[in-house]
Amino acid sequence: MLSFFTKPRLRGGVHAEEHKAATAALPIASDFPLPKKLYIPLQQHVGKPAEPLIMVGEKVLKGQLLAYSQGLISAPVHAPSSGVILDVNDYPAPHPSALPIRMIVLETDGKDEWIKTQVVDDPFKLNPEEISLRVGAAGIVGLGGATFPTAVKLNMGRENHVDTLIINGSECEPYLCCDDRLMQERAEQIIDGVRLMLHGMESEHAVVAIEDNKPQAYFAMRAAAEPYASVKVIQIPTRYPMGWDRQLIRYVTGKEVPVGCRSSEIGVTIHNVGTAYAVHKAIRYGQPLLNRVVTVAGGAVKRPMNVEVPFGTLISELFDFCEVDKEATARIIMGGPMMGDSLPHVSLPTVKATSGILALTQSELKNTDEQPCIRCASCVSVCPAGLRPLDMANNIRINQLDAAVDLGLKDCISCGCCSYICPSNIPLVQFFKYASGEVVARQQAQHKSEQTKRLIDARNARMERIAQQQREEELARIAAKAERERLKAEQEALV
Amino acid sequence: MYVLSAIVSLTLLGLFLGLLLGIAGKYLKVESSPIVDELEALLPGSQCGQCGFPGCRPAAEALAEGNAPATMCPPGGSALAEQIAALLGLDLDLSDVKEPELLVARVSEDTCTGCTRCFKVCPTDAIVGAPKQIHAVVADACIACKKCVDVCPTECLQMHPVEVTLRNWRWAKPLNVPAQHMGTGSNAVC
Repeated sequence: MLSFFTKPRLRGGVHAEEHKAATAALPIASDFPLPKKLYIPLQQHVGKPAEPLIMVGEKVLKGQLLAYSQGLISAPVHAPSSGVILDVNDYPAPHPSALPIRMIVLETDGKDEWIKTQVVDDPFKLNPEEISLRVGAAGIVGLGGATFPTAVKLNMGRENHVDTLIINGSECEPYLCCDDRLMQERAEQIIDGVRLMLHGMESEHAVVAIEDNKPQAYFAMRAAAEPYASVKVIQIPTRYPMGWDRQLIRYVTGKEVPVGCRSSEIGVTIHNVGTAYAVHKAIRYGQPLLNRVVTVAGGAVKRPMNVEVPFGTLISELFDFCEVDKEATARIIMGGPMMGDSLPHVSLPTVKATSGILALTQSELKNTDEQPCIRCASCVSVCPAGLRPLDMANNIRINQLDAAVDLGLKDCISCGCCSYICPSNIPLVQFFKYASGEVVARQQAQHKSEQTKRLIDARNARMERIAQQQREEELARIAAKAERERLKAEQEALV
Repeated sequence: MYVLSAIVSLTLLGLFLGLLLGIAGKYLKVESSPIVDELEALLPGSQCGQCGFPGCRPAAEALAEGNAPATMCPPGGSALAEQIAALLGLDLDLSDVKEPELLVARVSEDTCTGCTRCFKVCPTDAIVGAPKQIHAVVADACIACKKCVDVCPTECLQMHPVEVTLRNWRWAKPLNVPAQHMGTGSNAVC
């Protein structure tokens, strides 16, 4: 216990204004009207997109498998409600670019008719591999925002003999409180999900870490975890980015995850509370992941709330339900204001990663009037990854990306603390996002150049071979001609 | 006496080694500077001539002699310029270098006559086809050298910008960009 107090250390981070009060006290709204059409992307997770197995015009039931997972790291997609498949085609993705991505369009019939699901009485009798299989088949991915397939993580945990499972209830982003409400209202189900995950990973201990700005969630979870010795609920300081896995692991266990390693390699795995709830529903009731709690908040929202919506619901319908003032909306953000992505319009579906949708007014946006760097090093002291943002940005400004990579660009987690704290409003994290993408693009270009050089060499070798062959044939022809002439001459001589 | 023998022996040794070096210099002469080979290996190798030199080898020679700036290769862009500068030990400010627009050749199927001229000139075998069959470009292998565009008799081969998809979409550089269009939700809070 003593080591618990001496080792933990927080590096960097900021305490942003929380803006959670508007929605934190309201219960999760479950009266959201079922949309007429759902736009369900085939890729709502990290890894390969799912492959559709339905036909256009087919009638499907709620919970029916629409697209199966492809390859090791992938997740299937299920029908969030019953209805008819209208289309399988490209539609704008919920992404800052709104570029098209493959989606299934489902026209709901309003009956919300379930497919037959498998209810398990005692899931702890299932063997651990079976738990992973069922979690994978239910399409569960990390609901904290990373959307990594949960089954893969459970398997990695089992293979690496992970001893500690950390459940991330920090919800450190401002505005968002979907996890807070979930913990307050469905604590028992979450704790059950946590125990199922422990069983699936064959590990012994789980620690539920909740930031100390959510006392009600903490008490609810502690009460729910009381009967089980394997699950411990603790409070952690409120400091963004507390929910970053490495920060949380360092604080809770005192261990540092080495660069380039996964947390499971040091015996720790982290899952979100929403994921634990989804695991509970999938294993106990056989229900795949079909909906999630989404926080709709921001200055332009007249009825801010946490609402449970089926995947594929268009943001525009969500905004109508929450009475968003379109005129006052200056920016639409999916996720939290620190790490979320701004969306160009609202005709985009909600997906597994959508923890919140914010409609912010101009007054809520940061002043972006950039001033020269005064070298105050505030960005250095808040960087949770221990980098030097000002130096990295200077290198990126003159396109010296290799120098920025040497300074640790690849360890940047884009948490945005540096830009948030910068008194000169320098768009630091925006530089790093640009540079990270550019580094990947350069690597791809380099790879392509190597491959095309090989093609050029192969072509040159082939051309050389053909020329050589032609030369040999030519020589053979000449030799044959000479031979013929010699024979002719001999015959003439004989005659 | 010792001094004299030392002087004589060292002088002889010096003369002998000098002679050896002289012979080696004459018979084992390297035709080109190794730095030129290294530079040539970095360059794209498509002999496109956009730099104003007749090919990648002459361009590499010019670079090695200091007659061309590190930023001389348009298809290589700033990534290549950075590598060249590192190899030659040059200081480099790349803030003004324009990234090349990525292009890819595409066959217009309406006008292709299947004349086979394009795939005969393609240096990377990126064009597939057969006589009197419509040809097609393997986009991943196309290096945008435009040789096929020059030989196509019906102008059905044209260069097009590489299509932006979710797979190759990247954040833009935040320079001289109005705040509203910066495209990131990061730090929206005051």
